[in-house]
Amino acid sequence: MYLSTVSRPVADQPGSGPRRRRFAMVSGNVVALGTVSLITDVSAEMVAAVLPLYLVLGLHLSPVAFGVLDGVHTGATALLRVVGGFAADRFRRRKLIAGVGYALSAVAKLGLLLAGRSIPAIGAVIAVDRIGKGVRSAPRDALITLSTPPEALGRAFGVHRAMDSVGAFLGPLAAFAVLLVVGQSYDAVFVTSFCIAALAVVVLVLFVREQPDGEAADGEAADEINGPKVSVREAFGLLRGGPARRLVLAAAMLGLATIGDGFVYLLLQRRMDLGLRWFPLLAVGTSLAYLLLAAPLGVLADRIGRLPVVIGGYTALGATYLLLAGPVDGWPLIALALTLYGAFYAATDGVLIALAGPVLPARLRTTGIALVQTGQALAYLVSSVLFGLAWQAWGPENAIRAAAVAVAGVLVGTLLLLASPSRLTTRKVPR
Amino acid sequence: MTAMSTRAKLGVVVASAVLLGTVAAGYAATAAQAPRTPPPAGGAQAVTLTSGPRLLAITDRHVSTVAATDPAGPRTVAGLECLRVYAAAGTGVCLKPETAWSYQVVVLDAALRQTRAVSVPGLPNRARVSASGRMVSWTTFVGGDSYTSSGFSTRTGILDTRTGATVASLEEFAITRDGRGYRNADVNYWGVTFTADDNRFYATMATGGERYLVRGDLAARTVETLKENVECPSLSPDGTRLAFKEAVDADPAKGWRLSVLDLASTRVTATAEVRSVDDQAAWLDNGKLAYTLRRDDGQPDVWSVPADGSGTPTLVIPGAESPSPLT
Repeated sequence: MYLSTVSRPVADQPGSGPRRRRFAMVSGNVVALGTVSLITDVSAEMVAAVLPLYLVLGLHLSPVAFGVLDGVHTGATALLRVVGGFAADRFRRRKLIAGVGYALSAVAKLGLLLAGRSIPAIGAVIAVDRIGKGVRSAPRDALITLSTPPEALGRAFGVHRAMDSVGAFLGPLAAFAVLLVVGQSYDAVFVTSFCIAALAVVVLVLFVREQPDGEAADGEAADEINGPKVSVREAFGLLRGGPARRLVLAAAMLGLATIGDGFVYLLLQRRMDLGLRWFPLLAVGTSLAYLLLAAPLGVLADRIGRLPVVIGGYTALGATYLLLAGPVDGWPLIALALTLYGAFYAATDGVLIALAGPVLPARLRTTGIALVQTGQALAYLVSSVLFGLAWQAWGPENAIRAAAVAVAGVLVGTLLLLASPSRLTTRKVPR
Repeated sequence: MTAMSTRAKLGVVVASAVLLGTVAAGYAATAAQAPRTPPPAGGAQAVTLTSGPRLLAITDRHVSTVAATDPAGPRTVAGLECLRVYAAAGTGVCLKPETAWSYQVVVLDAALRQTRAVSVPGLPNRARVSASGRMVSWTTFVGGDSYTSSGFSTRTGILDTRTGATVASLEEFAITRDGRGYRNADVNYWGVTFTADDNRFYATMATGGERYLVRGDLAARTVETLKENVECPSLSPDGTRLAFKEAVDADPAKGWRLSVLDLASTRVTATAEVRSVDDQAAWLDNGKLAYTLRRDDGQPDVWSVPADGSGTPTLVIPGAESPSPLT
């Protein structure tokens, strides 16, 4: 398999003819994983929506204490993500590891009931939830790549991410409904959230398959999965050279271009002098654009190549930054900025993994995906701190302009890393 | 399980959904049955904000008053639901639930009638009225965007009830920190207290992990830092001292000591209250502070302690919070 196949349109292959297009848009395993993600996100966003209310109004905790609960765990989560990814590859139990991740997050919902007013206990529960989230995403994405032919990966990830965001969309509504029915009982929201999360685990256990299904899997995957066990040495080998290392580097570099939702919405709100109570709707607008664009952009990535779509996504991010410092104002600014920002997510989140999947050897795919995601997450931490410093030194307008310049620089770097013609045609993924 | 047909699997999923749905519904039903104490009827008297020897406080989320001479005695409770209340010179401010998700800042006249309402984002936290009754301020906490990303930020607003001019958030004000201009995206304000001129005020400003006492000028739209590790200032009636909460070892995670800053000498005196006080204290008179403390189960009580560091804390109004003298 040549890296070039990930950045160039792939001709239709046998088995992806019109009949399959219509009736088997994505494989059963992807639909199952999408369903699990959808249900889990309903559960997670229910809790996210009421957690501040619960801590401040339900428990009368000081919000400063909430800040203490936050942070700290990011490094541990990053490490666990890679360890989990490696374990999934070594024991060839991607489904099991993903399931453990989903189950941990489900149990954390009940943990909130048991934690009571103890800040350390609540902190531990939130950490468990976060670890669950960190551990499950790489094996889940690996399963998607292993159950989808390489030429349809963009569509598969697009459909998965769209389902995922539908869940995130419904979650706050579900929490709202529960609170409407039971009054101010946050416990009822947590129990409902747990039940929904448990249902997702049931769906995962019953419908997600560890072995890629024969007709859809890429041949290489089935082939490599039957080799000897993956060693730690081999896993580190991913970073030693070749396309995998370039991918992780590129992902980390791309992570450096993102300043974070918080800053984007804050700048938008300042520019607009938007009523503060509408602030939460900015995130809703972005999710809506993401939800609607994820699948179409995934399909587009399969047609014209994934790298161009990722590049397009980061161009949309750069454009969002420029808009925040630019001349457009009022509602056009909001509509344009949120659409572009949602498009950025839709064009990059799943598509980047679709781009990475075929480049990573199947036997090390979960580890590889975990490395890509971790690289991105750690780089984002750095960039959000840097942006905060830039804001302090130069003021918000100049800081966001600098961020737009950074996007341009990162794009050039990514193109050099991933699209250099000599590398595309000469580097072969080790088999 | 490998032999299970899709039909059987769907059956299991449906059965699980029904079972889990029943669990959730059952739990919700018992939770919903938990009775909420209805606000006791006002009786013969109604709650008013006119000056007098009474204390205003929140009882079970409703506005109430007690006699200053017998604060633990009979209580007059109004039907008005507030999470935080304060009053001075016949003007009240109430942070009132609008829906399960949103709150209003409601300005009240002496008869507890609503004269103005401002919808605010986030969760109500602090509320103040200037001694003249003209200026009103509030602080709310706004949640982070997601469960896993950054925590809270605050929004502090000020309303001039005479002109109707509103500052939605102090974040727009120009900052002088340690004598130099300063800006940062992470700036947050909370806990405003007004001086007698209804223009100058004190508040807490947090940035870069530090919490500062700032003095603000409403007309000039500026604030300047005065001192570190001073939160939720509350100006004494004679205008000479600020009661505040001082983070133990400058670390809010370790709790707060209720203390008093003498503005002329900048000397800090810790009060005799050694329990952690997370509140903007109210001055009952020039010598006494009132504040809310919570029991282990979260139930609030109003306590009082001398401002000069002497004496011991005394329980003033059991089962109440957000105290305010009616001056």
